[in-house]
Amino acid sequence: MITQQDFMIISVMLFCIGVFIIVSKKNAIQVLIGIELMLNAAILNLVAFGKLDRANNGGQVFALFAIVLAAATTAVALAIILNVYRRYKTIDPDKINQLKD
Amino acid sequence: MSMIKILFYLMAFITLGSALVVAAGKNLVRSIFMFFVTLFGLAGLYVLALADFVAVTQIVIYVGGILVLILFAFMLSGKEALDKVEVQKNKFISLSNAPAFFLAGLFAVIMLNVIFKAHVDQLPWVIESVKAGNTMPIDGTGINKIGVNLMTRYLLPFEVISILLMVALVGAAHLSRREGANQV
Repeated sequence: MITQQDFMIISVMLFCIGVFIIVSKKNAIQVLIGIELMLNAAILNLVAFGKLDRANNGGQVFALFAIVLAAATTAVALAIILNVYRRYKTIDPDKINQLKD
Repeated sequence: MSMIKILFYLMAFITLGSALVVAAGKNLVRSIFMFFVTLFGLAGLYVLALADFVAVTQIVIYVGGILVLILFAFMLSGKEALDKVEVQKNKFISLSNAPAFFLAGLFAVIMLNVIFKAHVDQLPWVIESVKAGNTMPIDGTGINKIGVNLMTRYLLPFEVISILLMVALVGAAHLSRREGANQV
């Protein structure tokens, strides 16, 4: 039988890979992928514990909400990335260092 | 070793392996498509956690929506910017990645420590739930309960999240509008 601990260990590894991607990558789209990996690690935990809640389905329902939230976040983030590219001609987060026009 | 255990390890290997390829890859397109594989592996893990509906939603929303959006932004953000990204020496193990390694490693140590110290399989409510037979059924009837709960117990979060989604999409459409095209 698969225990909760196995799911949590996989979730920790995914989260750490996400942190690594966010800190090391030089491209806003890859940073966004790192954020999605971290979100997915959290959703995996919700789902793994949702297995134990048949009456209320708390974990699984909130996993669904988290997936929808991730979709909304991505849409806004990609709109911002497109705008930044239009203005600075680059999407390297290190090079975008001024707030004025 | 039972079949479910083998499948679990296979899915875990696919998920973590492709996530590592995303982290190590220098090519942006390749890392986006490996992210696709990661999402499928995660959907498999959700099925093994008896959450088939969440798994299908994951595939529909992530693969059908988010990944297409990411590819779209990638194509709109120009070739020359991407060439520069590929030119930089992005080796997996290099000095410039040392802080990232350090941070990720520390996070892993802390969280694994917490998990092993917490004994998540012996938590009181977990034992109680297993004893009371409150675990998800394996025959696929759990989805009925999800539908009923979504429309009764979780109706308020459901409505709030629908409003939030609408606001976010309107905001995204406004943000990505071309400037100077009949602005007020």
